[in-house]
Amino acid sequence: MADLKVNFAGIESPNPFWLASAPPTNMGSMVERAFDAGWGGAVWKTLGEPIRNVCSRLASIDQGPQRMLGLNNIELITDRSLEVNLKEIRECKRKYPKHALIISLMVESKREAWHEIAKQVEDTGADGVELNFGCPHGMSERGMGAAMGQVPEYTCMVTEWVKEATSLPVIVKLTPNVTNITPPGRAAVRGGADAVSLINTINSVMGVDLDTLVPHPNVNGMAAHGGYCGPAVKPIALNMVSELARDAEVNVPISGIGGIGTWRDAAEFLLLGATTVQVCTAVMHYGYRIVEDMIDGLSNYLDDKGFHSVNDIIGLSVPRVTDWGNLDLNYKTVARIDHQKCIQCNLCHIACEDGAHQCIPFTEIDGKRFPVVDEHECVGCNLCYLVCPVPGCISMVRLDDGSRPLTWRELTTREPETMTAD
Amino acid sequence: MSTTHDSPINLAQIERNFREIAPPLTEAEAIMESHRCVYCYDAPCTRACPTHIDVPAFIKKIASGNLIGSARVIFEANPIGASCARVCPVDVLCEGACVEKTLMAKPIEIGRLQRYATDAVFTRGRDVLKAGAPNGKSVGIVGSGPAGLSCATYLARLGYAVRIYERKPLAGGMDTYGMAEYKMTQRVSQEEVAQVARLGVEIKTNTEIGRDIQLDELAGAHDAVFLGVGLGATSRLNIPGEQLEGVYDALDFIERIKTRDWASVPIGRTVAVIGAGNTAIDAVTQARRLGAKRVLMIYRRTDREMPAYEYEYELAKRDAVEFWWQTAPVEIVAGADGTRAAALRCVRTEAVETDAASGRRSFRTIAGSEFEIPVDMVIKALGQQKMVDWLSQIAKLKLDDAGRVTVNPETMQTANPKFFAGGDCVNGGREAVDAAQAGKLAAQGIHLHLSGERVEFAGARVPLHEETSEIKH
Ligand SMILES: Cc1cc2nc3c(=O)[nH]c(=O)nc-3n(C[C@H](O)[C@H](O)[C@H](O)COP(=O)(O)OP(=O)(O)OC[C@H]3O[C@@H](n4cnc5c(N)ncnc54)[C@H](O)[C@@H]3O)c2cc1C
Ligand SMILES: Cc1cc2nc3c(=O)[nH]c(=O)nc-3n(C[C@H](O)[C@H](O)[C@H](O)COP(=O)(O)O)c2cc1C
Ligand code: SF4
Ligand code: SF4
Ligand code: SF4
Repeated sequence: MADLKVNFAGIESPNPFWLASAPPTNMGSMVERAFDAGWGGAVWKTLGEPIRNVCSRLASIDQGPQRMLGLNNIELITDRSLEVNLKEIRECKRKYPKHALIISLMVESKREAWHEIAKQVEDTGADGVELNFGCPHGMSERGMGAAMGQVPEYTCMVTEWVKEATSLPVIVKLTPNVTNITPPGRAAVRGGADAVSLINTINSVMGVDLDTLVPHPNVNGMAAHGGYCGPAVKPIALNMVSELARDAEVNVPISGIGGIGTWRDAAEFLLLGATTVQVCTAVMHYGYRIVEDMIDGLSNYLDDKGFHSVNDIIGLSVPRVTDWGNLDLNYKTVARIDHQKCIQCNLCHIACEDGAHQCIPFTEIDGKRFPVVDEHECVGCNLCYLVCPVPGCISMVRLDDGSRPLTWRELTTREPETMTAD
Repeated sequence: MSTTHDSPINLAQIERNFREIAPPLTEAEAIMESHRCVYCYDAPCTRACPTHIDVPAFIKKIASGNLIGSARVIFEANPIGASCARVCPVDVLCEGACVEKTLMAKPIEIGRLQRYATDAVFTRGRDVLKAGAPNGKSVGIVGSGPAGLSCATYLARLGYAVRIYERKPLAGGMDTYGMAEYKMTQRVSQEEVAQVARLGVEIKTNTEIGRDIQLDELAGAHDAVFLGVGLGATSRLNIPGEQLEGVYDALDFIERIKTRDWASVPIGRTVAVIGAGNTAIDAVTQARRLGAKRVLMIYRRTDREMPAYEYEYELAKRDAVEFWWQTAPVEIVAGADGTRAAALRCVRTEAVETDAASGRRSFRTIAGSEFEIPVDMVIKALGQQKMVDWLSQIAKLKLDDAGRVTVNPETMQTANPKFFAGGDCVNGGREAVDAAQAGKLAAQGIHLHLSGERVEFAGARVPLHEETSEIKH
């Protein structure tokens, strides 16, 4: 069986599966149950000055029977006292010395406040701290959370403050509510961060109740924007993780977060450069028990592919991500339909007709009306392949006309007059 | 019909036995099922539905929570869509064609979804169809079955003054008096009748054309007439003893069941049902539900030849009906009192191949094979007679050899241009949904005849999509 142990910025973890700082890590008894279930690490629910929460605070988008494709919250940091939290952290670490226990922090933008809390945490025996520069609601209105993460100078400054006060590894948790993730990532590293984690939640309004006309979640007739997470945000998180993994200046380990629910999601984050992954929504949906298949599935995958350790796949797909201008313009694929498998739902036809290039007409085969791809017209966009409900029915096949790869960059360097627009 | 109710089970048990076999979908089920539909384009289910309801459209409306719109899509293509949701042989129609049947051997439950949407408008009392502005013309409709109700709906939408004449006390035809009670109750049929009435259609029940009102009077009162008279009484067995007490016509038996006044329904301990069509199945399954100890299905051929649908046959098997294949009744024998049926005398039959290629067989009786089965009730379910005598009174009307009214299949116009016809009296006895489609086509035909204008209602024909084409490879 492949070895799942990882070392994340000096923090040893039995596997790369961590709980994100959120309700599932609200208190000692919960984190202990999670460790018992198999989680390798946990980032404690963010500590700070006591707050008051509103009710209600969660809303979701569903698709038919599939609930919580996306989740949104307007919850703040921990609502429990610092003393109680610290006491439970100390206790938990004592009971689970081999697990990774990271403490998330968020205090007002004062050097002493950050020094003070960082020291108190170090004293508990915890393995590291995570600076919450991401919470996009509530706390940001008070100059904390995303308000910090959106300004690279602040990110750098506060990271430096924390580094002054503690020898523990410092992870900076970034907000996705920026136009470009690289500047805040670099700022964290400049400030001395030992690692970064991303993403925190995304600004969002979840929808409107069509009877009361109040957006979700309803707080006595009013609503505020909240933070979006869950399966729907995974592609955004993957993009941001891979951006930082590709950046030479961000040369610290990455903890990937956002929409992870299965070993497959986790493997994708690892391949794009994450060393550990953190999970919140999927656990809020199904409980700690989901980690069992994450561990089992990932180790089976590694065994299948002949990898001995999870470390062998970290970042393997990073070199496969490039800029659009470096893609091969001469690479050509077309869709091909296997009529043995086709059930004649005609979704490919209408998708290509109304959403692509009108090249899936009907043809009669053995007395039945089948959609057939006109390969001369097909531009290989993938749409039909994506909509077909039958596994393996439409495949995208390469048409190799022997021409050599040619990128847009090469083309425009060679013939600058032909292509001027992006 | 003499009524002897001799059931060993109590009324509460009978009530339970007549529970719906396809209960309504819960909200959770409807959400799940409507999302499972892949929303085919040029969908095979729509092609397979005789009224060509835009099935993916109504299912996606359920998924989006637009139940009113969903029901509108259904009723626009099929005015008796709530009945059809319960009684259509979906296995051989929409669900039989569903791509999910091909993909997962589990078709979308189109019938139950259709019920979910139509139930929603009935319970909310919402009208989804509107009458047209009056155009000053009137149409008389004979018969308030699926064909008549459907034709009336479309004509009212076009602005015609429509009057339906129905000889029975309740409107709805076989939807009201014939459907197996575990599939559908009279309440559903009456809701559909009420929906038609709310379009301004006048429904005169207890009014028989040819008795209460004469045919020429009817023709004189309207600009056109639609005949949706269905079929007549069950065919006779033409064997001795048919007049004995304890011998029933399946239609009369079922009509009594439809009252749900169980104690008034005749039922014996051992019941022989003669025939093997869908009506015979309805008779055996309901006889069992009423408490008959033994129910025998008597048929001169075998299950290979039986006209009932596979699904219906399965129902009868589940109800532990005894199938007496290759058995032909020759006499119903009276008991000691000389008035009541006490036994069925039958002969065995044997198969003779008449056409080796198609495997078609005919059956002849075996001499000397007679035997008697003690029974205390016999139900005749041989299929219905055509209303030849009644129809022959209409001048110039043409009937084919089988007694069916001959019509132009596009306009449903008969040889007498003022008369249109559709449903069982034209097709010889098919499904409610076929009658609904015929009523729609007839309304279009009547409008063309009276106004010269061609209209096309939803699902009047298979939606026309691009033709297949040759492509270069
Ligand atoms: C026992 C039984 C079970 C069936 N089960 C199913 C089923 O499960 N699913 C299915 O799809 N189909 C079923 N059918 C078939 C279906 O009922 C018919 O195909 C359908 O009802 C035909 O509609 P129609 O309008 O042509 O005739 P009908 O429904 O027969 O309506 C004809 C109407 O005309 C009236 N009428 C006749 N003559 C006159 C007159 N002179 N004056 C005034 N009124 C008159 C009759 O009283 C009747 O109400 C069943 C049929 C039977 C007999
Ligand atoms: C109800 C709720 C509360 C959260 N609270 C915090 C928090 O206190 N600190 C923090 O850093 N992130 C918090 N998050 C963000 C999560 O840690 C995580 O970054 C985000 O949910 C994305 O991961 P997911 O898609 O697995 O849920 C919270 C998320 C939710 C849903
Ligand atoms: S790949 Fe795109 S262009 Fe080609 S057939 Fe499919 S949908 Fe049409
Ligand atoms: S989408 Fe797939 S199954 Fe449906 S018609 Fe096209 S090829 Fe066939
Ligand atoms: S064939 Fe089945 S899956 Fe396709 S539209 Fe009809 S019900 Fe939906």
